[in-house]
Order: sequence, then structure tokens, then C-alpha cells
Amino acid sequence: MLEEGKGELISSCTADEIRDWNHENKERGLVDKMTDVRSAVKKYVTDGIYLAIGGFGHIRISMPMIYEIVRQRIKHLRVSGHTAVHDLDVLIAGDCVDAVDVAYAFAYETRGLSKNGRRAVESGKIKCVEWTNASLSWRIKAAAMGLPFLPARNLLGSDTFKYSAAKTMECPFTGQKLVALPALMPDVAIIHVHYADKYGNCSIRGTTVKDDDLAKASKRVIVTAERIVSDDFFREHPERTTIPYFCVDAVIEAPHGSHPCNMPHEYYFDEAHIRNYIKAGADEASLQAYLDKWIYSVNDFDEYLDLVGTKKLNELRRLEELR
Amino acid sequence: MTSYTPIELMATVASHQLEDGKIVGVGTGLPMIAGLLAQKTHAPKLIIFFEAGSIAPQVPTLPISVGDSRCAHRAVAATGLAGIMETGQRGMIDYAFLGGAEVDMYGNINSTVIGDHDSPKVRLPGSGGANDFGSLSWRTIIIARHDKAKLPERVSFITTPGYIDGPGAREEAGLPRGTGPYRVITNLALMGFDEETCRMKLISVHPGVTLEQVRENTGFDLIIPDDVATSPSPTESELTVLRGIDPDGIIIGK
Repeated sequence: MLEEGKGELISSCTADEIRDWNHENKERGLVDKMTDVRSAVKKYVTDGIYLAIGGFGHIRISMPMIYEIVRQRIKHLRVSGHTAVHDLDVLIAGDCVDAVDVAYAFAYETRGLSKNGRRAVESGKIKCVEWTNASLSWRIKAAAMGLPFLPARNLLGSDTFKYSAAKTMECPFTGQKLVALPALMPDVAIIHVHYADKYGNCSIRGTTVKDDDLAKASKRVIVTAERIVSDDFFREHPERTTIPYFCVDAVIEAPHGSHPCNMPHEYYFDEAHIRNYIKAGADEASLQAYLDKWIYSVNDFDEYLDLVGTKKLNELRRLEELR
Repeated sequence: MTSYTPIELMATVASHQLEDGKIVGVGTGLPMIAGLLAQKTHAPKLIIFFEAGSIAPQVPTLPISVGDSRCAHRAVAATGLAGIMETGQRGMIDYAFLGGAEVDMYGNINSTVIGDHDSPKVRLPGSGGANDFGSLSWRTIIIARHDKAKLPERVSFITTPGYIDGPGAREEAGLPRGTGPYRVITNLALMGFDEETCRMKLISVHPGVTLEQVRENTGFDLIIPDDVATSPSPTESELTVLRGIDPDGIIIGK
């Protein structure tokens, strides 16, 4: 007797839809894709889309894009929570989110639970569909492979399965019971990288988490980069390319772009800032005061960095280098 | 006599469960500390995998996240979530080391929700990589606080399956054969699982803890064999190493 989870599939696609999208919408040429966050959000991040954010929730995440989504007051997003931490929490604080595919969310790992995230779920404002980190990664991988699903051996026998939108299946060769994970093709992926050229070739240092597959799986990919480099950077060492240009739709220069979160090999967490934010999340008034100060009252990420200050930014670089 | 906190004792007892030369996938918090402690004491060849993708890192200072740069420091490879969990699916991960808000008599773990899923009393983070590690690794070690609410007869939500509802249930569900919960470490005791019934069974009580205390604080009928040992106290050198791993008491000071 095969089973199915009762969670809603909040984003679905067939194998032919993946092909058709890429056939009709993705630029083939090496063209200049440089833009700025305000234009990128206006063009791609509209109310109600399904959004996936690269990195690991509070490691290598694109804060300029997240802040701009809040600033432009985008609503009703569905979000992939393959370890979502500060990225999702700020979007929830900005009242941008309606539903989450949860692997890990509403918490800050060793720092504990997020009152802001908890309030949103416990009040019924945000709908949760349960998954696991590997499940969401493999759902993204299925779309990256152009397939409608992938079989796997996790999730089985759990309530996580019961509240997911997965199904069980039998292996057509051996009869082995497996879980079938439906492909996930986000409308927009936002990925912060170490190096990008103007065409969208990207290099990520350290763990990729799932961003190579995420870039292939998503309809639109917006990249923010610590450094914009010449295409020679990739042409001389093509093994550096984590994400090839044709996956990418927009490229934005964003030094310190993961602040207050960690950017491996660049800077560590601004722990005081994050703890201050978590504390502000205890009640709506102090959370709004935080958003006013750091998002609504500044025009862009450069002004935000001015508020953070050079002294702090330099300190975080030393911290990353264990100095 | 050396003084130590209950959390420090949990960390040392937990670290003893890890074998040298094996691969362990560790979750955030105390499991991370226990893995690092094992590496710096009795298991220098223990290999740690972190779910965000790092393989065999040399962790320099206490990480805040299982995906931060400390967890990838001097790693031999930087992969991703799929890279780690596919390695587990191939049978390469010997131990999963997880925490949980609730653990029941069959070693099922809840880290998703307290109360009804759709209108929860407390929303917890969810599986993260726990369900994946717990499904695909050979042996799962669990760390939890010991009271009736945290160790109920049945968890209200199975985030990560243990033996589900008894012998054969994992295999019937389709999970890889020969896998499942192996040890549970709490602030009162070390427990394992009875081979026949798959139910949680006492192995040792921590120094100064009575059998009565363990019974009173367990929400189900714990199997108590005749030969219950006392868990070893942390040694002076273990404590020095442990406090060096977490000098600010971020986790062990909780």
C-alpha cells in the first residue's frame, strides 16, 4: 500500500515545463547582466512568487536583496526553508511570507529559537509544509536534472513525511519501498557568491550547500557577489566556475553582502548585531524599530554599511581569519 | 574532587560513545561539542561530516552553525547537503549525533512541533538534516534533557524515526536495514535499546543519580537491567579540553 503526505505541494512542475521554461525564457548568449538590487527586485521578485535563497540561512546569504524585498514590501512569498535562519526571519519580520517548505526554520541554531518566527507560525499566519534538508536538496536536484522527481531513502516512517507533499513508491526493478520527492523549480533564486563576472559566471568558496543545483533548477537566478571580476578569472581556471553564466539572469556587486551573517573566507558573524535582532524579535514594536533603523530609513545597502561602520566590518574580517 | 556541570558530564559521556576511525555526522549544539571532544581525547582519527557540506574539517573554535566557516576550516573537501546525505545513503556514515526536544521509548525524535501541527503550541525548527542523518546513518546517538515531558512514551510528532513502533518497523517503512537509534544521553543517565523489543534500556546512571530519580523522570516504563553501572565522571583533562572547545560557555554554560 503506497502512501502520500498530506502537505500541500506549494510549488510544482513537470519535466516538460522545466524544458519549456528553459527553451523559451533563458538567455543563451554571453551578455552583460549587471544591475542593482532595486531593479532586480522590481523586475523579478513580485508578490506571491516562490523564492529560494542560496547559502545556509545565516551563512553566505544575500542581505542586500533580502533587505530590498522588505523595503519594497513584497507580500505573500512562498519560501524554501532548506536551513533558513536569518534570511527567512527578516522576510517574516517584513511580513513578506505566507508559506514555507520547512526543513529547518524559525530558529538560529546554537542561539536558540526565534520568537518572531514562532509568533508567525503559532498565530497561523504562516503555513508550513514539512521536509528535510536532503529532501529539499534532492527536490532541487531533480529540477536541475530536468526530472519530475527523485527517489530516496530518507523521510520514510516519519510524521515529517505525513506532513510533506512526498509520496512513497516501489522501485520498478527490486520492489524496494522508496520515497518520491517532487521536483522543486523556484520562481526566483537569490544567491550570494564570492566572485562573479558580468555574464553571471560565479565562483563560490567553501561549501556550496546546494547552490550549484539551485541555480540550474530555478526559473530566474539573481546573483550578488563580493567581487566582480573579468571573465579571464574563469577562462584561465574554468574549474573555478561553480555556477555557469547561462543559469544567471542578474548580477549585482555587493561587498559585505552577507552582513550580519558569515561569509566564509571573508568575514565572520556580526554576533552582537544578530543577537540584538533576535532580542528585538521578542515583540512587534521593537522588531519594527529594528526594521526602521536598518532597512526602511536607509536607501540602499551602502547606506546600511555606513551605519554598521568600517571599524566593525574590519573587525569581522579579522575574526574570520582567527586573528 | 573535580567539579563539573551536568552539561559537561553529558558532553563527556556523549563523546565516549564515538569510535575512533569512524565517520560521524553531527547536529548543532551539544552533539557538535561531543564530536570535537572525542577528536581531542580518545578518538583522534574520528572524521566529522557537517551537513552543509564539509568533510573532515579541523574545527579551530566553537562554531555557531553547522554550516559556518569554522565547520569548514581546513576541510579536505567542501561539498553540499546532497553530497553529505548521498554519502550517508551509500552507507558511509557510521554515526549520526542528534539533539531533540522529545525522545520516546523507541528512540523517535521530535524537533518539529509541540501540540497540533497546523496550530502549534510551540513551533520548533523542524528536521534540518536530522531525519536524513537518522534515516541513513548506521547508528544514531541522541542527546536530550531528562524529564517526563522530554522523554514521553510516544513523541507527539516523529521528526526523525527511531524504531517507530517496535521491531521490524523501520525496515517495513522502507528505511535502510540495520540502522536505528543506538544511545541516548541525558543529564541523568546513558541509555541504549533492547535488541528484542527495540525499547529504551538503561545502561548507566550518572554519578550521584539514583535509579528512582531516573524512573521518576522518565515518561515511560524504562527497561532497567540488573547490572546498571555508574557513568564515569569527566576527568580533569577531559574538562580542560572541553572548556577549551567552548571557552565562553556558549553551549556547556547553558
